[in-house]
Amino acid sequence: MFSFDPSEEQKMLIEAAKRYAANDLRPAAHDADESGQLPQPLIDKGWELGVLQASVPEAYGGFGDRSAVTGLLAAEELGYGDLAGSLAMMAPSTFAIPILVAGTEEQKDRWLRPVVEAEWRPYVAALVEPAFDFYAGAMQTAAVRENGNYVLNGRKCMVPFADKAPAMLVFAMLEERPQAFIVPATTPGVTVGDREKLLGIGALPTHPVKLEDVRLPAELLLGGNQGADLWPALAASQVAVASLAVGVSRAALDYSLSYAKEREVWGAPIAQKQSVAFMLAEMATEIEAIRLLVWEAAWMLDRGQAATKEAHLAMVGACDMAMMVTDRAVQILGGHGYIREHPVELWMRNGRGFPTYTGLAMV
Amino acid sequence: MISFELPEKIQQTVTLMQTVAENMMRPVSRHFDEHEHEIPWDYITFMHEASRAMGGASSMVPNGGKKPEGPRLGYQRLAYMAEILSWGDAAMYLCTPGGMLGSAAVQATGTKDQKERFLKRFQGEKPAFDAMALTEPHAGSAMPAEVRTTAVRDGEQWVLNGEKIFVTSGHKALLDSDGFVVIWATIDPSAGRAGVRPFVVEAGTPGVKVTKLEHKMGIRVSDTASIVLQEARVPFDNILGSPEVEVKTTEGFKGAMVTFDASRPLVAASALGIARAALEGLKEFLQEQGITIRYGLPRSRMSDIEREVIDMEVMHRSAWLLTLKSCWMLDDRRANNLEASMSKIRAGDVVVKITQRVVELMGPLGISHERLFEKWFRDAKINDLYEGTGQINRLIVARRILGYTRRELD
Repeated sequence: MFSFDPSEEQKMLIEAAKRYAANDLRPAAHDADESGQLPQPLIDKGWELGVLQASVPEAYGGFGDRSAVTGLLAAEELGYGDLAGSLAMMAPSTFAIPILVAGTEEQKDRWLRPVVEAEWRPYVAALVEPAFDFYAGAMQTAAVRENGNYVLNGRKCMVPFADKAPAMLVFAMLEERPQAFIVPATTPGVTVGDREKLLGIGALPTHPVKLEDVRLPAELLLGGNQGADLWPALAASQVAVASLAVGVSRAALDYSLSYAKEREVWGAPIAQKQSVAFMLAEMATEIEAIRLLVWEAAWMLDRGQAATKEAHLAMVGACDMAMMVTDRAVQILGGHGYIREHPVELWMRNGRGFPTYTGLAMV
Repeated sequence: MISFELPEKIQQTVTLMQTVAENMMRPVSRHFDEHEHEIPWDYITFMHEASRAMGGASSMVPNGGKKPEGPRLGYQRLAYMAEILSWGDAAMYLCTPGGMLGSAAVQATGTKDQKERFLKRFQGEKPAFDAMALTEPHAGSAMPAEVRTTAVRDGEQWVLNGEKIFVTSGHKALLDSDGFVVIWATIDPSAGRAGVRPFVVEAGTPGVKVTKLEHKMGIRVSDTASIVLQEARVPFDNILGSPEVEVKTTEGFKGAMVTFDASRPLVAASALGIARAALEGLKEFLQEQGITIRYGLPRSRMSDIEREVIDMEVMHRSAWLLTLKSCWMLDDRRANNLEASMSKIRAGDVVVKITQRVVELMGPLGISHERLFEKWFRDAKINDLYEGTGQINRLIVARRILGYTRRELD
């Protein structure tokens, strides 16, 4: 049976996320972007929503079961508030969800509790590399087996909170397959570089990370001796990023729509001109359609299907949607859209980054 | 609970329609395109028998207008039907007997008695057709506000005068079967859209003439008729909706709009069937050439053909889900005016883009009549025109999201 209604439980989470997005994330977004600082209480408050904690079973310290659909519904609302803030508060998911999905029993037992039982701490993932054609299926970072241990070499970038992370989940090729390694902060050979400056998500501190002959005991390879199939986790990341893109796009639509109804030209609101009204109609249609594509991919993940293709289509659609919608939002505000007093230019900068954000969010 | 699972009941329809599309439509698709206005009776007869066996489901009215058991899936099922049959041949799909837009109008605005009177013919021995006549030579999208066809009461009859154009299946409804056309006419030309009412004009009504069959870019097997009404008399009870002619409400206008909320998603579904035909055709061809589509790569690592295919799949699937959602809302008795127009915009854009791109990508094989790509390209364009152009639907969506009236945004 087809249905497009969230469950009652999901509706409650959506409401909570919506309130946090409107009352906390959005009001903080401008200053956070300008200063490059997210207030810790803001992150802590978001963490208390329990989005990740509700995805982890009681046996590992959480209080629920993972659902990509539930996660994305929350992510949409959070993205509506502010992208950088959402990525910050959800950062531990990028560490925990792959472990939950692909880890061994011992790994889940050892590594999930400290993440979900405690207050927010930046357990994060390191996936992206500084290459124009970065692809998780052909990373430069590689691991080799050596006397039952692993040695990692490579370079990562866009790793949130890398300088404060108690541990990172580092993605690397092992025997030509993408694998993930749990790398505690104290491991020799890990160098965290200076904070990066990016086109968007300026409030989120990200760093390059260099891995030089990083030696890891065998038990830190995710999934145990044979490693794991990480594609479902990577698909879950694409779905998460895509749903944040939906949230950002919805924000841009609502903001530019309200503006268009207020701003007058020749005695009437610009929204009464077809050139503007049609842009808004197309933005709304685009969002409504792509949103369902993302939902479908998440629904397939929840059914245990690989959804590699569907997640990719959702990601491609969501990235193009976000660019189109945020660009038009700026266009509708005209010159004012280019001024940093309005949020649309930030959303447009964030919008362009989505294709590279895989690994920065997970549901 | 959000779910994308195809219901078992619809799966049965899908299987049956696939067989029809593959065996009864595709093999004759080119023939009927080349023989404009020749009627595909084999297909029509088969569909008529199948509809009778299935209890009267038609192309636009689910379950023959009867209340189904269990959850309502009627419009969702019709969307699948429209999609698959249009994958087979969109023009032949338009020739499906047993109720299209005319019946949808009767279903949306008729009384119980009228539904019985007008719709039961579709369950008869012979296939019957219906049509909806809204457009006139001077105006299309401005309808029904600018209807010039008049209906004047004369005792227990209405006398209709005027001309309608672009009537899909008008010929089949009036001359090739015992069908009917729903004619939109005004009972008070000074009242604007408040005076507009739909009237059922049955085959055999004196004073009704089919004056022209259009020659079109695509969907050629579907007849597109001009109808002239000269002192055409219909029984008083053939007026749909309020017979209270003294009370001028916008009920007639609303009736047309309600019909569109049901018909637009189904047109969208039909459009997406054509789009899928083109896209699948391209993918099968690429596969024969040993070209595979590698999903998951960043754009910088893809070939141009991979980018094209993936972009088309994104637009196609997202449009389909939007269409499905607007049908699901209809079945769930929710107001779907916004989503109906959105799905029509999206599907109209998508089918035009996909068929254009596929023909280009196929090169000389795309424009050749040896394959069907060029036909799908021609069949596609109508979907961005009929049941409201893409522009009219953008206007509707814009008004909805902005909370504007027609006066505030036109």
